[in-house]
Amino acid sequence: MVTARRAFGALLFGAFAFAAQAQAQARFITVASTTSTEQSGLFGYVLPLFEKHSGINVRVVALGTGQALDLARRGDADVVFVHAKGAEERFLAEGHGVKRYPVMYNDFVLIGPKSDPAGIAGGRDVVLALKKIQANQSPFVSRGDKSGTHMAELDLWKAAAIDLDQAKGPWYRDTGQGMGPALNTAASMNAYLLADRGTWLAFRNRGDLAILVEGDKRLYNQYGVMLVNPDKHPTVKKDLGQAFIDWLISPDGQKAIADYRIGGERLFIPNAGQAGA
Amino acid sequence: MPMPAPASILPLRLTDVVFEVGSRRIIDGISLRFDAGPRTVVLGPNGAGKSVLLRLCHGLLGPTAGRIAWNAIEPASGPRRQAMVFQRPVLLRRSALGNVTYALKLAGVPSAVREASAMEALRKVGLDVLAGHAARVLSGGEQQRLALARVWALRPEVLFLDEPTASLDPGATHEIERVIAALHAAGTKIVMVTHNLGQAHRMADEILFLHQGRLVERAPADRFLKRPASPEAARFLEGELPW
Amino acid sequence: MNTVAEAAGQAFGLVAAADPKLVDIVLLSLRVSLSAVLVGSLVGLPLGAAIAVNEFRGRRTLIVILNGLMGLPSVVVGLVVYLLLSRAGPLGAWGILFTPTAMVIAQSILIAPTLAALSRQVVADAWQEYREQLRSLGESKLGAVPTLLWDLRFSLVTIVLAGFGRAASEVGAVMIVGGNIDGVTRVMTTSIALETSKGDLPLALGLGFILLFIVLTLNAGAYLVKEMAQRRYG
Repeated sequence: MVTARRAFGALLFGAFAFAAQAQAQARFITVASTTSTEQSGLFGYVLPLFEKHSGINVRVVALGTGQALDLARRGDADVVFVHAKGAEERFLAEGHGVKRYPVMYNDFVLIGPKSDPAGIAGGRDVVLALKKIQANQSPFVSRGDKSGTHMAELDLWKAAAIDLDQAKGPWYRDTGQGMGPALNTAASMNAYLLADRGTWLAFRNRGDLAILVEGDKRLYNQYGVMLVNPDKHPTVKKDLGQAFIDWLISPDGQKAIADYRIGGERLFIPNAGQAGA
Repeated sequence: MPMPAPASILPLRLTDVVFEVGSRRIIDGISLRFDAGPRTVVLGPNGAGKSVLLRLCHGLLGPTAGRIAWNAIEPASGPRRQAMVFQRPVLLRRSALGNVTYALKLAGVPSAVREASAMEALRKVGLDVLAGHAARVLSGGEQQRLALARVWALRPEVLFLDEPTASLDPGATHEIERVIAALHAAGTKIVMVTHNLGQAHRMADEILFLHQGRLVERAPADRFLKRPASPEAARFLEGELPW
Repeated sequence: MNTVAEAAGQAFGLVAAADPKLVDIVLLSLRVSLSAVLVGSLVGLPLGAAIAVNEFRGRRTLIVILNGLMGLPSVVVGLVVYLLLSRAGPLGAWGILFTPTAMVIAQSILIAPTLAALSRQVVADAWQEYREQLRSLGESKLGAVPTLLWDLRFSLVTIVLAGFGRAASEVGAVMIVGGNIDGVTRVMTTSIALETSKGDLPLALGLGFILLFIVLTLNAGAYLVKEMAQRRYG
């Protein structure tokens, strides 16, 4: 009986010590970002460089853009790092952010089955390609999750003058998933979809899919970073958060972003100084 | 234990006690009085209400009507002044010693003396050799002896026993009867239900005969067993009433 | 089936190399789920036993609710705990969102009903046997709870293992309240989810094999200990 009681006490002590240790490390920030930056491996490469430089541990919660901004609206993040300028500016207008800094851009690519039933391969006009897909009623997978990619996709349908509510049919698969799961779904049903180049390059389960349309200027995807407003959310770590932002747009940070490659190919192009980005 | 000698809980008085379950009346107006001294054995055919009567007296059941009153109220803390042994004892998944010390702990016996008292009780029933054994793997007779050791350690004034040897072989039965006799010799009032007429012969000083929930006859044992006064008792002893 | 073979290969490779990231993830998974089992048991087992031995109005309703809560979806628990711990929520001041502590809380809430419902059943069944004797010895209903829990410890081991299984295998709750943060709140199940969404199915499946192996080993160990002790104590 004595040994049982002792073991039990040790367990309890261990549980509390373990919880306490989690609180001990205070020099960290919580960054709400998107699945594309996480899953492309960018953060895995860039963040250790920042941590070495500043001693600040960056904890990334990777969600869709809409979810990331919502997280920040509740004050659960110190910094947001997403890619939907319209949504970001609305965020600022609501008073949740301090200032938006452009950081980098990458591009979207239109993925589809190599068999290409809609006949869009090799084109450089994404709007035309979408029109062909809809006309052909070829299966198309949408993220449907308020992410930056999803919002970009919706903008492109609008540019193609296609009213999705009217045109929706069994060909349009609204999955409500992140980029990776959506790619999995598209691969298994040989469908078209819009993806960011970074996630695509890092994606392993390609099945029969390939890049069919790229390079259209309308496919450019700008990333911006914002400090969550400490006036509205007093618990925000504003000094540490600002240090991260400053580093991202500094020559060191921009170089780190430019240096990240997959198979020799650069994923994100730094453009912090670019006006109007 | 230095405590002022408490008043005895005997005599126990039952007044017009009735016990019903739903519409079935199991005890149909029993009045009697238990005094210290004689070993009381309760006899009767199946369904006469013997086990229920014991449980009413012990306090496991409450009467539907009537009164059951001990002479003194048991103190809130401290050992129970009356105990019960069932046909099949329920033992904890501990050693034999552990089962007895558990009972002592419930009785408020300080931990310093618990083990010694428990060992003494086990010795009295001849189980001290098996003190460290798991209680649940003991034989039926050993388990019942352990139940009695549990009782012995508490030295109750009254001990109710509900067919304590019905599941045991003759050898074990003899052992149990020996312990019960020793308990009686040490001052505990014995009230026992049995189906075994031979056991009644051996152990009873007086007999309570129950039939259909009523106390039909109460007499000293040898008179009852030789010449019962009531016709129901006579038929019972002849074996004409169903056991 | 190629994927399965590749997955098995990946699993062996990772384990053989004792990949430090994997080790961290496994240790964190164990710490979170075992802590949740501890907390859940401290709350759930006595609660179940207490319901079993006491009679009170609304008891049957409570039992039905408790049994129903065994089917609590993990993602719902995660959502509720997130709303509680969010800075915008009532317990935001604690600041424990996206930490292992939050994950332990969520998993404890998830498995406590199961532990309570099952212990209630086990104790209720045994109570029929113990009830008269314990009352006869002077045990109170309150005191009967620890006595019964200890006496039924072998059955309870199985129940606790069931709770651990549920905690170790769930992903919905820890994903939401933990955030799957690399190096901080990433556990086996969220890693598997992440690798699946990155399309690395062999790696995801390999991690799944490792998780399964760990859970089975723990179960086997607990079972053996239980069997040995049961033989000794009946």
